[in-house]
Amino acid sequence: MPSLTCHRLGNAHYDTMRTQEQTLDEILNLAATHFKVPREKLTPHDDFFKTLGIDSLQALDLLTRLEHHFNVELPDYELQGVSDFSTLASRIQSRL
Amino acid sequence: MLDLRQYTCLGAALRDAIERWPNETCLIEADRDREKQRLTFSDFKDLAIPRVRALQDVDLKPGDRAAIIMTNQSKWLVSAYAIFYAGGVLVPLDYKLTAAEHIQLLLHSKAKYLVVEYYLWRAIMQHPQFGNLKFRTVLVTEAPAGSELAGAFRWEEFRRKGDPEFVNRQKQDAACIVYSSGTGGRPKGCVLTHENYLEQCIALTAWYPFWPGVRYLSILPTNHAIDFMVGFIGPFVCGACVVHLRTLRPEYVRDAFSRYKITYVSLVPMVLKNLERGLKAKFDELSKAKRFLLERAIAINKLLTRKRPRVALSRKLLPQVHAAFGGELQALITGGAFMEPSTMQFFYDLGIPVVNGYGLTEGGTALTLNDLKPFRADTVGKPLPGVELRILNPDAEGIGEVAARSKTVMSHYLDDPELTAQTIVDGWLLTGDLGRFDGDHHLQLFGRKKNMIVTEGGKNIYPEDVENAFDGLAVKEYCIFAANYVWPSKSLGREMLVLVLRLENNQEFNQELRNDLNARNRSLPDFKRVGGYVIWDKDFPRTASMKIKRTELAEEVRNRLQRSAVVGL
Repeated sequence: MPSLTCHRLGNAHYDTMRTQEQTLDEILNLAATHFKVPREKLTPHDDFFKTLGIDSLQALDLLTRLEHHFNVELPDYELQGVSDFSTLASRIQSRL
Repeated sequence: MLDLRQYTCLGAALRDAIERWPNETCLIEADRDREKQRLTFSDFKDLAIPRVRALQDVDLKPGDRAAIIMTNQSKWLVSAYAIFYAGGVLVPLDYKLTAAEHIQLLLHSKAKYLVVEYYLWRAIMQHPQFGNLKFRTVLVTEAPAGSELAGAFRWEEFRRKGDPEFVNRQKQDAACIVYSSGTGGRPKGCVLTHENYLEQCIALTAWYPFWPGVRYLSILPTNHAIDFMVGFIGPFVCGACVVHLRTLRPEYVRDAFSRYKITYVSLVPMVLKNLERGLKAKFDELSKAKRFLLERAIAINKLLTRKRPRVALSRKLLPQVHAAFGGELQALITGGAFMEPSTMQFFYDLGIPVVNGYGLTEGGTALTLNDLKPFRADTVGKPLPGVELRILNPDAEGIGEVAARSKTVMSHYLDDPELTAQTIVDGWLLTGDLGRFDGDHHLQLFGRKKNMIVTEGGKNIYPEDVENAFDGLAVKEYCIFAANYVWPSKSLGREMLVLVLRLENNQEFNQELRNDLNARNRSLPDFKRVGGYVIWDKDFPRTASMKIKRTELAEEVRNRLQRSAVVGL
């Protein structure tokens, strides 16, 4: 039986391993809240630069928030060439 | 600083700087809030010399080309110094390019040696074109234990005992091949000589000197002409220190100012705007009383710094603002892209001078710079010492193409005599930028004559280089232009690429085509994306060899369509 992994989520704690879908959903929620975009307007394959109306520095800022949320460290290069939420989720998932 | 006039090459100047200030700190490297490394010039030498010996043992000969692809870090500068020491020619490549682009430029440059960061090497190794690369030696930094390196050496282990031979180069010898653009299309490798760099360094430090104790925050990629000069050569030959960050997250960049008491930093407009946004948000959080006091202090500062910056006084008037920048900041330097005057004025009013300059890789680092006598937010400054500028074919308003003559102008484009002859005419570099001089001999820029854009992140984008991403698009033909090239504008705002689409007979622009366009556009790095399209109803004019006559097509589009016809993508 796989051991349970504890991930910090803000002040709360997850007591099970996230699936990629959960990771993606949390990214979309966080992006919607942080950039004040209605959650229903964001879909996994959206180009986040365009949908959120952000530049590459603001995208790095989003990466920092995701680091805090998922409690992982993501080098800047993980974002290089990535522009959709789905790929971003898989990059984060591989480090969880 | 060293008297650079006595040197014929960068290697000798750097070698003597290292000997002159052995105990001064020359490099600090931090990752987020963790300091990873701090080197004196003596430590730097200890890292570099065994690697020079090792490079010479693997047969690096004077004139051999060696490429570096790395994020900003001490190993970049150590490797570059080792290459110069052995008489090599440095090919600094932009780490933000894709593996395919790296391979294209590595092939074009004919680099025999490569120093590369592991994650970039991994991407290059996995690319189908990898087999085309032929190196004598590849050094990979920070490769995880047990990782497959395809015959490359680990940088950390690549060192040999024994004294290497210092190889002196002549002023006219190539020091670097710097790609100003051209990935995907026609690579433009600017061959810059040792004289180009030495003269540029003399000119820049005449106006903005470095000295031991100065700390320069290196944010622009080191392959970029500006950071290579002011984040490596300039500080080193003056005994100053360079601070590298392994992340460009805005909060860590902000934090670095105060942690390392930064003296100078070069920034692209995007970063400066980000800092402005952050400061304004902080100001908005102030209580009414504190906001009132802040605005009074700013008003007094503006009054007292009308004629020239008085940084020490500004620090007293606005202590909290200056403390957030470390309290030692002398100036923010911008260049490589065009800055909004309101942003520069915002910082100047706070007592933080913004030095705006203008340059292009072909001209060295900078051709003009603001001397702050007084601060001007509406110009890119005056020609640097040794730089002659003139305006070609000025119109009634005095606006024409800027041409430059200087010892800092590149020797030529690598393996492209035709493009060189079009670009350097009778010793004058034709910049393709439109400008005029005002009464105080300050240069003002108004737009571009050439078909290219410069992004807020400081990237030169040539439309031809982006067209590959649309190969196979289900239309009769297409062409990409810079919007300001098709519809000339005496302003540098709203720069974007526009796709001109010629559909097949009876073809409609449907959702499927739109989706395909969007998908291809997304496959490009964000700074290279096309901003919109226009539908064109005539076949493109072509040469006998079927190349699109771009100038003619742009003129036809200009004559029949307004810029407002562009549909956003």
